Amino acid sequence: MILSLSKDTVTVAQEQDVVFLKNRVKEVAVRIKMGLVNQTRLITAASELVRNMMRYANGGKCLIEVVSSGRNNGVRLTFSDSGPGIPDITAAMRDGFSTGKSLGLGLPGTKRLVNEFDIKSKVGEGTIVTIIKWANG
Amino acid sequence: MSLNTNQLLKKQKKTILELWMKNQLADEGLREDLISNDELRSQSEELIEALVGNLSSQNVNDLNSDEWSPVIEILGGIAITRARQGFSPRETGNFVFSLKEALLEVLKREITDPQELFKEVLKISRILDNLTVVTFETFIKGREEVILRQTDEIAEISTPVIRVWDGILALPIIGTLDSARTQIVMENLLQEIVDTGSSIAILDISGVPAVDSLVAQHLIKTVSATRLMGAECIISGIRPEIAQTVVHLGIDLSNIITKSTLASALAYAFRVMRLEVKKAAATTNTIR
Ligand SMILES: Nc1ncnc2c1ncn2[C@@H]1O[C@H](COP(=O)(O)OP(=O)(O)O)[C@@H](O)[C@H]1O
Ligand SMILES: [Mg+2]
Repeated sequence: MILSLSKDTVTVAQEQDVVFLKNRVKEVAVRIKMGLVNQTRLITAASELVRNMMRYANGGKCLIEVVSSGRNNGVRLTFSDSGPGIPDITAAMRDGFSTGKSLGLGLPGTKRLVNEFDIKSKVGEGTIVTIIKWANG
Repeated sequence: MSLNTNQLLKKQKKTILELWMKNQLADEGLREDLISNDELRSQSEELIEALVGNLSSQNVNDLNSDEWSPVIEILGGIAITRARQGFSPRETGNFVFSLKEALLEVLKREITDPQELFKEVLKISRILDNLTVVTFETFIKGREEVILRQTDEIAEISTPVIRVWDGILALPIIGTLDSARTQIVMENLLQEIVDTGSSIAILDISGVPAVDSLVAQHLIKTVSATRLMGAECIISGIRPEIAQTVVHLGIDLSNIITKSTLASALAYAFRVMRLEVKKAAATTNTIR
């Protein structure tokens, strides 16, 4: 069972918020003594998801949680937006798929960088991506 | 405002201004270093003129209505200027608060019927409170503009191109490499390559906290542009944790020359340019 130990929501509406969010995520990761490699993976994953949110959905918000499962602590990030949604998630999860002329590695790459990855999207309603990175995972 | 009060305040414009000026000048927090008394007086006069002229308005609650726009414009202008000049929120707020006191003072002097006085005080308070909110909103907007301008300046100054050797340029990048920043970096770098006729550029990313796919794409773009200019571009300062993350993301940097430190990038550049760095032979007249 995964318990949530702390919650914090960051609204992302403009470029400056991206750096702010990444700093908050880093703070939380440092607080639970996550190692440098995992920290970097988590922050990079967060960076990918927040950029998608800015670029494709005009912003949104991110819930930052410290979670615990048994003896392991971790950081759970929930990115939610009310953008256009993703019509074909399978395609979006493929390496190199991009509707924005970029590398198309954000979603599949993020999945490889974290321990748990979940994406839900409804066309016309928005997208929710949830990831967990364990401190020793 | 009742017609009477309205006319009363119009007639007492001068008194209001004097009272208000007295309040402002008596305030210990008055920033004589930032604003001259003359300027303060003319700002105050302009605002009273607009405000008193507007009190006949029925729209006491709705400051969004067109009738209020002259007042809001003047007040907004003052708030923005103050934000830029470095006034604190409290100092800016006191400008409006002290006007409220002056207005209330005049009402107290002139209206004898307590019930009437209360009614009018309530209205004046409501208007002035709304104006205070407007002042703060505009003040904050002003501060945000200052911050945005500084952000641009920082982006500009934090991307220096350094000539480390004849024909070798180095560009330390510190902080996040977003699209706007990449544009500046690329322009500076390409220009400097042309100006100096350099054949090697080293992009050092030791100061970049994370390399996501967007940053990677920007790096790849910069390297390609450099090559189009006939120069080679080396990326240095890739820390082990960054290297691992980049691999996991699935980014292919195999076409790019990467080095872990600026020093090893420089050594590589020397080799390419057939330069040798040697320890000088010990000479007899060395000072010990
Ligand atoms: N929050 C989102 N809202 C709508 N569409 C999205 C969102 N995130 C990703 N997408 C879609 O999924 C595609 C793949 O995303 P990603 O893997 O990050 O690659 P890239 O951002 O380089 O295109 C995007 O091109 C876009 O079409
Ligand atoms: Mg992306």
